[in-house]
Amino acid sequence: MKELALIAVPLLFAAIAFVWPVERTRPWLLPVAGGLHVAISFWLLIAPPAPVAGAWFGFDPVARAVLPMISLLFFVCSVYAVAYLNVRTERRNRLFIFALLFLLCFLSLAVQAQHLGLLWVAAEAATLMTVPLIHFNGTARAFEASWKYLLVGGTGIALSLLGSFCLGYASLNAGGSGDLTFNALAKQFVNLSDEAIHYSHPWLIAAWVLLLVGYGTKMGLAPMHTWKPDVYGEAPGLVGALLAGGTTTMAFVAVLRVKQVVDAAGENEMTQRTLLVIGLFSMAVAALFLLGTPDFKRMLAYSSVEHMGILAVGAALGGLGIWAALFHVWTNSLTKGTLFLSAANIRRAAGGRNAGEVSGMAWSAPVSARMFVAGLFAVTACPPFGPFFSELLVVRSAFSTGSIYTAVMFLGCLLFAFFGFSRLVFAIVDGRPRTLARAEANRFKETAWVILPPLAFLGLSIWIGLATPSLLKDAWSAAVNNIFPSP
Amino acid sequence: MTSSLNLFIGLAMGLNLLALASSRLPSVIRAAALQGMILGILPLLIEREFQWMVIVVAIGTIAVKGFVIPHLLRRALRAANIDREMRPLIAFVPSLLLGAGATIGAVALAGVLPMRPEQTGSLLVPGSFATVFGGFLLLMGRSKAISQVCGYLILENGIYMFGLLLINSTPLLVETGILLDLTVAVFVIGIIMDRIQKEFDSLDTSKLTTLRE
Repeated sequence: MKELALIAVPLLFAAIAFVWPVERTRPWLLPVAGGLHVAISFWLLIAPPAPVAGAWFGFDPVARAVLPMISLLFFVCSVYAVAYLNVRTERRNRLFIFALLFLLCFLSLAVQAQHLGLLWVAAEAATLMTVPLIHFNGTARAFEASWKYLLVGGTGIALSLLGSFCLGYASLNAGGSGDLTFNALAKQFVNLSDEAIHYSHPWLIAAWVLLLVGYGTKMGLAPMHTWKPDVYGEAPGLVGALLAGGTTTMAFVAVLRVKQVVDAAGENEMTQRTLLVIGLFSMAVAALFLLGTPDFKRMLAYSSVEHMGILAVGAALGGLGIWAALFHVWTNSLTKGTLFLSAANIRRAAGGRNAGEVSGMAWSAPVSARMFVAGLFAVTACPPFGPFFSELLVVRSAFSTGSIYTAVMFLGCLLFAFFGFSRLVFAIVDGRPRTLARAEANRFKETAWVILPPLAFLGLSIWIGLATPSLLKDAWSAAVNNIFPSP
Repeated sequence: MTSSLNLFIGLAMGLNLLALASSRLPSVIRAAALQGMILGILPLLIEREFQWMVIVVAIGTIAVKGFVIPHLLRRALRAANIDREMRPLIAFVPSLLLGAGATIGAVALAGVLPMRPEQTGSLLVPGSFATVFGGFLLLMGRSKAISQVCGYLILENGIYMFGLLLINSTPLLVETGILLDLTVAVFVIGIIMDRIQKEFDSLDTSKLTTLRE
């Protein structure tokens, strides 16, 4: 029943936050709920519950491989949130805290969902809960971003519903009983008669395409990534970190679960090819835009698109590649935490966000600027940070499966992304601080509360790369074996 | 049974074209609402025996899609006091032609996809595809926020129609969840529209152009 607590705890705290009378102390509910969530999910990581056959939701190996990361991300961000909401006392925080806790609840539900319909309901609810977080700043730009997010995200999620229906219909045509849990679906499509294949596979392929587009929109794979720069640019930094590490991870898990079913039906060549194309395309698009954008928060969005591309390529390579993708989910999300939180500090200290307005941050916000530079090296896969090791594994699995061109394109995109990234980061860190920035800097103090969370993410990113705990390695192997059993 | 079902689906497909061709916001809202009510009736025609859950879902669908959401949209329309003419990005005649073409294409596409024997003459699949496409056209081809919401509703209607293929085999719990999510979605959209209206003094989304590369 502990896995139910992962959903109940944030729900309970959301209710408490809603009725909590004091504006100043309400943010403290976040780290308390986050801490409890981390404790439960790591407990489950160490002692996973026995799987229940036919259950609609549960802490299965896939959830075990990623959910502790989401808890950890949320917890560290929630500590930052306390400091953030204390400097933003001019905005009321009731709805913000309520929506954050609900987001955690639905992310936990979606990652643990074993049922096609339940997964969709949770993913849609998580999408909706993000909207109040995006327009927390209440500016015209924030509303524009929320509107675009609602339209693009809503359409994506609608298409994934259509895809879910197609998958359900394919299962009926193959003689299914209407059991839509992923394990039952995967079992059902194995060893079909020719007639059943004739009736079910066209629907199966339609389902894969629609679901990949639908959940790919949530992940932010190109060309469905258009909401990302707007949202990451306008949302508060900690929301960006949660979106880039939490929501996208949830969508990636959804894609993996669907791939499990479609692969079991013997269509793995198609899933691999589509994932590879869409992954490499995302990386290329992201690299191109990284070379051009002047805004450092939008830059993080393109970086996220790039890393979603890496996950898709990893998933396409199968076996070791999927293992590397799960590894990359951890390294990328934790590194993104450093980047988003330190970018939020820089944004507050500088009062601007374009390379044209911001420079000399090494003086105005020295610690945050240093962390931002360290985050740059981490996210562009320089050793000794985590992403280096996970991306190296993706490249290795590309070579071992003989996909030389994939590896070459992959490395080329990484190189261009590095150029674009470093150009912008050094433009804002180096140089002289603008006068405007200096006046703002008097108001923004780099207290321990805004420094320690991103620093913690940086430490975690190094630690997980250099000394990956064998517990996590086992969890990832178990997840890969569970959804893609090698014949 | 199939013929009366097909009659209603045909009506719903006709309403797509009506929504695409109409130049005034209230008539688009009316088309979407009417389509939602037709969809509410469909489960009663499909289900052979009497079931409480089906009745509840049917009533819920008719209430939400036919009355609650259109009421919210009309209220937004009054509150915003906006000019009721649509501002098409894709003009009415081309969008009508595209919609008609999509309907034909949907019928052709559905002919290729293998159906279960008891559902072979049913218009559910072509109706669903045509409605999804019509919703997309409205979503992309109009600049007023309210007409985009209507496009989104019609898109959802199309998906709901497809979901009816599975009504005998999947738990209705999922359908209820979907309906609930849709309602919340429209609420959230309504709130955001309200804020956009206050902030930009307009509900014309072609003014939302600050964020771009």
